[in-house]
Parts: sequence; structure tokens; C-alpha cells
Amino acid sequence: MSTKTTASEPSILPDGWEVVIGLEVHAELSTQTKMFSSAPNSFGGAPNTNVDPVSLGLPGTLPVLNAKAIELAIRIGLALNCTVQRSVFARKNYFYPDMPKDYQISQYEEPINRDGHLELPSGAVVGIERAHLEEDTGKSTHVGVSGRIHDAGYSLVDYNRAGVPLIEIVTRPDITGPEQAKEYVEELRSILIAIGANDGKMEEGSMRVDANVSVRPCGSDELRTRCEIKNVNSLRSVGRAITYEARRHVELYEAGESPSQQTRHWDEEAGRTRAGRSKEQAEDYRYFADPDLVAVDPSPQWIAEIKASMPRLPSARRVTLVDAGGSAAAAAIAVGRGLDDLVMGALAEGADIDRVLTHVVNNLAVDGADQLSPSHLASLVDMELSGALTSTQAKQVLATMVQTGQAPGDIAADRGFEAMDSSELEAMLDSVIANNPDEWSTFVDADDKVRGRLQGFFVGQVMKATKGQADGKELNRLLRSKL
Amino acid sequence: MSDKANGENRVTRPQSSAVDLAASIRNGSVSAVEVLSQYLDAIDAGDSEVRAFNTVLAENALQDATKIDEQVAAGNDPGPLAGVPVALKDNLCTNAIPTTCSSRVLERWKPPYDATVVTRLKQAGAIIVGKTNLDEFAMGSSTENSAFGPTRNPHNLERVPGGSSGGSAAAVAAGFAPVALGSDTGGSIRQPAALCGVVGLKPTYGGVSRYGLIAFASSLDQVGPLTNTVGDSALVYEVIGGHDRRDSTSIPEPPQPVVRCLEQGIEGMKVGVVAELSGSSLEGVEPEVLARTREAADALAAAGAKVETVSVPSSVAGLSAYYMIAPAEASSNLARYDGVRYGQRQPGPNTAAMMAATRTAGFGDEVKRRIMLGTYALSAGYWDAFYGQAQKVRTLMINQFDEVYQDFDVLLSPSSPCVAFPLGAKADPMTMYINDVCTVPSNLTGHPAISVPFGTGRDGLPVGVQVMGPLLGEIPMFRVARALEEIAR
Repeated sequence: MSTKTTASEPSILPDGWEVVIGLEVHAELSTQTKMFSSAPNSFGGAPNTNVDPVSLGLPGTLPVLNAKAIELAIRIGLALNCTVQRSVFARKNYFYPDMPKDYQISQYEEPINRDGHLELPSGAVVGIERAHLEEDTGKSTHVGVSGRIHDAGYSLVDYNRAGVPLIEIVTRPDITGPEQAKEYVEELRSILIAIGANDGKMEEGSMRVDANVSVRPCGSDELRTRCEIKNVNSLRSVGRAITYEARRHVELYEAGESPSQQTRHWDEEAGRTRAGRSKEQAEDYRYFADPDLVAVDPSPQWIAEIKASMPRLPSARRVTLVDAGGSAAAAAIAVGRGLDDLVMGALAEGADIDRVLTHVVNNLAVDGADQLSPSHLASLVDMELSGALTSTQAKQVLATMVQTGQAPGDIAADRGFEAMDSSELEAMLDSVIANNPDEWSTFVDADDKVRGRLQGFFVGQVMKATKGQADGKELNRLLRSKL
Repeated sequence: MSDKANGENRVTRPQSSAVDLAASIRNGSVSAVEVLSQYLDAIDAGDSEVRAFNTVLAENALQDATKIDEQVAAGNDPGPLAGVPVALKDNLCTNAIPTTCSSRVLERWKPPYDATVVTRLKQAGAIIVGKTNLDEFAMGSSTENSAFGPTRNPHNLERVPGGSSGGSAAAVAAGFAPVALGSDTGGSIRQPAALCGVVGLKPTYGGVSRYGLIAFASSLDQVGPLTNTVGDSALVYEVIGGHDRRDSTSIPEPPQPVVRCLEQGIEGMKVGVVAELSGSSLEGVEPEVLARTREAADALAAAGAKVETVSVPSSVAGLSAYYMIAPAEASSNLARYDGVRYGQRQPGPNTAAMMAATRTAGFGDEVKRRIMLGTYALSAGYWDAFYGQAQKVRTLMINQFDEVYQDFDVLLSPSSPCVAFPLGAKADPMTMYINDVCTVPSNLTGHPAISVPFGTGRDGLPVGVQVMGPLLGEIPMFRVARALEEIAR
């Protein structure tokens, strides 16, 4: 796979160094039940309520594979241009109290998806090494001095999450900077949401990122010692953790030392990574094929059926918006928020794409925006363009539309919004000028910079007097005409 | 009731077959409660000597038997095992009833569910009378590795009953239950059946659900019956066998219809005597055992079968492969006994120390030995030479046996190289492991095999002959077993 390099982001490292990043994203699959049992897969709930004998790994129980998890894994593989293949579940053996069987069922040598790639909105292409299925663990709460397992007074374990299906998506070390890493995670997230595989809720841990980071001299193709950073659980910390870690490596090299291969944990509060266990002493997981499960060999026919049922992916949806006249940046945001159908619907009603996208970008980062009626949005934009509503009023009306689902005309009427005519506006402006003679004379004599600032003062005064009902654009035009 | 009263060192009694008992109970000529009471009396009289049971469920069983009698009285059919008392190896999960694997680590643990085989037995009208002793986690060939003490052979109380289903085999041989279930990972049903003089079946892998069988080595474990007759074995196999959606390795088919094929005879059937398992080169084999096996082969030939000696060179290599694969899987299967969720817990200053203390105190020596062996076999750097190599041997064996079954309907060998040996006689683990040489091939190949009593050997103790079949070859296997039973009578 050749990596298309695009306009690179500003380097986070001293001259002569570049960072090499590979990401491992764990995403919980949106199934009704767990990976190998009929216990419910749902977030929250009182501890140890979403469990059954199988998900607790009670003696004598056996895993039975959830077909929906396989289907979602295949969807993910297809969305990431992977080869979907016969796969085998293996046991990864290690002792940990939040793992009911003291082994994790995962895929090792034969993952369900391999060798794919993902093209990012910026044009960069990230190679996907594999995307395999595994089961999640439970959660421990360590009650005691530091909240860490080593010196806890006692520990509480909640197995609600144990056995929840996970896909682990592993990239090749193709990512060239923290911003690109964030872009990859964002794009992956929107794909997983679009195909119904994951809810995208990083804050609930349903998507978790581990970053493999190393550095090397610019232009080199070597892969130096890497560190795996765990616990990177927000987009913001993806960028911060990578930046911190890469700089740490450069500092070590420049001091004549070198980093040792290890797992490190991101401490969001301290803004730094901390050493975990060293990889040289890493546990031997003693993988072997799980004899309780049979190989998964999806038929070409099933894969074709899944392919046919795939929704359009974010990349294709962005192209649609750009083809309709939107900017690439606005298209990315609209698709990222899942509002592209709304935009296209409003366009079909004859709405102006720039106005529609402006609302989507600036005013619709809110829950319920995807429930808006496209024709209501089109009407709103029409009212705005015809001068029936000012942009400030339109914004208020839009907020109410999201909350109540009412038509914009009704909301505007309820609120008594009507555009003021120009002469009324001019009279108010004249009175503001008369009341502020010093500011006016400064305004008249000022250079562009100062004038820009004072323009805001006069517009603001009028807005205040009209309780925001004045049309800002018209007001600016009037003010300039008085010079 | 028992011969013990005659001053003999044995606990046995004449018994009816399960088939006959069920028939009598279904037609009302005898009540389930009467039948059960006889068995409970026998347990009362003899189990303090034999120690076949970890738990006797007299009260539950009487309630269940009463219900069976009510059903019969109401004109309903309680099922093919109506009122038949059944003992369960104590590694089969029983809802709210202790299931210990004869291990301290699970002492007092009560599962919240029934194993699929238990559910099916109950649906067929069987009465669960108790849970039987075993080598801890089914690891052993003498039932001496039980945390609760050894079971004794009803034919000679100074001798072992074999293992690991020694409690189940002894219970049937002593007349404590007409039917018992065991589990067979490397011979753990067939070898104790041979040593106790009863019939022991290991079905085709996947033929009987493993759901609720506490795992020893998942790719080898199968549940099967220990009975007095081949007919009882066939009947119980049909009751417990067939697809179970809770077990992914379960074959999606009903059990083989063996009961109606039992009396079809063996005229023209091709029987191969496995040279490597039936000759004097076999380590530790007793001449009397070889003689009985030869007599069985000759008798089958006289009854119309075509009998030949056949070489399966890999069959003896099975033992080494088995003692890599089974411990490897066990090391993973037994990891969960860590004191966190259930069973015994030993305190420790931190989680890791608590787990280590729990496992140190909870497991016996043989279990620890196999966990260490298996952990080693799977370790980085050793995996290829041990676990990987053992899997290759397994594949080679499957291929060789499949090839042999092109020419033969069934294969014959002893079930065990020796008759029941004295307690403590095989303290060295290797000496004990060699006992499994005849039985492990069928576990590694996944093929069915059955041990049928065939005369006696040294010290007048029972000898078992093993009939092996190809994958899902239960029908020819049962036909030959039935013929041997008739000949031995």
C-alpha cells in the first residue's frame, strides 16, 4: 500500500524528526446480546445485572457465537476495504480478576478482516492491518489508597461489560501526525456509526484508542522502538498523548539515550504518559485455538448480501454534498453530524446550500437536529434570504424548531419577529450617533482597524435598542453609507 | 443385600437392566418409589465401603420418583427412562446441588443451572440419585486423586475402580444405580468400566452436549453412560445425545438410532484387531488381558464377522500427544478457579497473592502437575515443539484411523492393559499415565468407543474389551458390542 501524503500538518517535533503512529481502536459492537451469550449488551445498569452463567464463565458453560457480531464485523471489514476471510477464535491466557474465565476469547493468527485501508477526508490513506473480533472484559473498581490495583484495600468487579463484543481495528504505522491521528479516529467513528456497528460514544468507553508511537529522522523509513499508549479515550487526548510521547522520544534520542519498548498510560490530568509494564517482561499469552468454538467461514453469498445492504459511507456522502455546491469543510461537518440527508432534503425543497450549511455548521451541533424537517429548514432559509427574518432571529427560530418541530413561520409569528424596514432602522442609528458624538468622530477619522471595532459598537447599540431584531447586515450597510 | 455380609471383600448384587426397570415402571407392575428404595438401601448398606458418592440425593430422588408414579397412575408416559435411578459424575452441573469435581476449590459450589444431559435425563423420566466421586477435575485413572478420598472397586475393596469416572463405574457395579453418567477425556469412562466389569461408552465427539460438563480438555471431553448392559448404554445414549445449541461443537443431528439396530447381528462385518494395542509389546499389558481380547476376536469370527489384525502405527504415539494436548487445554480451562467469583478463596495481601494462595490450597498435586505441564507446552518458544507437534500427531492419527476404517467397520483392543490394581500401586505418574494407552486414540480422533466386560483376568477381576468405531459409527460399534456381551454371558 502506498501512502498518499497530503499537505502535512505543522510538525510537533524539532527540525529533523518525524513521528510514526499506528492506532489500535477497540469499538464495542451494537448488538442486543453479548458476543457468546444471551446476556444483554447494554451500558449502565446496576453492577452485575447484565450477566448470565456463560458471561460469568461459570464452570461447565460454553460460548456460542452471536451471528450479529459476525455480521457487524464483516460490515466493518467491507467499509475498511479489507479482505474478509475464514477466521478462528483463540484463547489469550492471562490472570485478571475482571476477566471471568481468566482468558479472553480473541482472534490471533486468523482474524476475520485483514489488509484494508481507509482514505481520510484530507486525502491521506491509512493502511489497515487487521480488524478482529474479541470479547470485552469487566471493570474493576479499586477501593483504597490510590485507586490502583497494587495497593487497593479491596476491589469491586462489575461483569456487565464482560463478554460484550469488540472489534479491534489495527492500522499500519502510516499515520504521520497527531492531527492526522485525530482525523483517522473521527473518520473511523463516523463510519462505525453510519454502518450501525457502534454508537461512537467515546465518553462511555464504547470506542477506545491505543496509540503506538515512535520517532525517526525525517525521510528515513526505519521503524524505531515504539511505545504503546493506553487509555487515550477522547479525541483531544489522542492528539495530546501522541504529541507528548513523540517529544519524549526525541528528547531521549537527543540526550543520547533511547526509549525502551513499553506500554504507557496517558494521564489526562497531568498531561503526560507514564510507564506501565515493560514489554520485555510482557506476559506470554499462550494463545491456542479455542476448542469450544468452531471456525467462522462466512459464505461468499452472505458477504455479498451484507455488502448489498451496506448504507452509503461518509466519504461518498461528503462527495454528494460537495457536488451539490458545498465546501469540503462544511460537507465533512454535515456528514460527521449525520445531517447530510437533512441538507440534501432542504436542497430538494429549493433551499440555498450556503445558508443551509452555515446553519448546520454553526447552529446544529445539538441533539435532535437530525429530526428536523427538511422543508421547514428550507422555509427558514427562504425567510432569511427574503429579509423576513434577520440572521439572529433565524438562529432563535431554528433552535425552537429543533425543540418543538414547529414550522418556522409559526414560531416567528408567535415571537412577533418581523424584519424592521430600513427607514426605521436608519432613524434608530441616527439617534445612536447623536447620543455618542465622540465615538462618531473617532469612527469617521479612524483607520480600518479601529473603525472595524467601533462599527461593532454602533451596531451593538442598535441591536440592544431593538432587542436583536435589527438586521445586522443592513445596519452595517447603513453605517458605512453615513461616512 | 451385599456380599460383604458373606465375609467377602466385595459389594455387588444382582440387578435388573434399566430397560427392564423402565418397562416395569411404565406398565405399572412396579413403582418408581419401590425401585428407588431398593437402590437407596443398597447405597446405605454398601457405600460406606465403596465410597462411590460425593452426594446422595435421597430426598429429592424420592420426590421425583413419587411424581413418576403419579404420572403412571394418571395414564401418562414419563418417558423411556421412567423411574430409572441415575448417578451423575460430580463434574456434571446440577442446579442448586453441589458440583465439586472432587476438588477443594469447588467444595460447596452450587451451579445455578443443569447440564444439558441432566435436563434430558430428567425429561426422559430418570431419577437423579446422587453425584459420584472422581479424580479431581477428571485427572487420573484410579479415582485416588479425589480431594475427598478414593473410591474402591466393588469387586475387591482393596483395588481401585479405575478413573476418572471411578465413582460412577463403582456405583453401577455395586448396584447403587443401574445407570451412571461419566465423562471421558482419555478413557475416563471406558477404563473404569473395564476395571469394574460394566459397560462404558464414549460417544463420537459432538454427539452428546458438553454444556454443563465442567471442562478438563474441551477438544477431548465427552459425556457417556456406564451401565450393566449394552442395551442400557444404547438407550441412555439416545436420551442424552443429539444437537444442543448451547454447545458449538455439538453435531447438528439427532443421535444415531442405535437401539433398533442392536440385534442386527454381525454377520459379514469387518473387525480389525489393532496390533499395536493388542500385543505383548504394549507396555505393562497383562497376558490375561491379551488372552481375553484374542478370545473376543475369535468369538466374533465364529459368529460370522471377518476378523483381521491391522496395524495403526500412530496409535501408540497417541499417549504422548494426549499428555500434551489435554494438560494444555486444562491449564486454560482451570484458570478461572482463582477465588474471585466462586468456590474457595484463600486470603492474600493483594489480588495476585490471593489467586496464588487459592490455587495452591484448592488444587491437588495431580491437577497442579497437569496445569504446569500444559502451561509449559503452550509457552512461547516451546509451543511448536510441544503443543504444535502434538496437534500434528493428532492429525496424523485421524488420517491413519480414517484410512483403516476404509477397510473395517470397527476396531478391537483391550480397554485397559491391566485389571484393577491395588490402591497406591501406581504412585508414579508415568506408570499411571500408561494405563490410558488403549483409550486415548478415540479421544484424539473424536471417534466413538465402548468397553464391554469380557471375562476375568488376574485375581479373577473383570477384563474389558474395547470396540472402536469410525466417526458417527455408533451403529456398527453397538452391534459388535452387543454380540460380545452375548458371547461373554
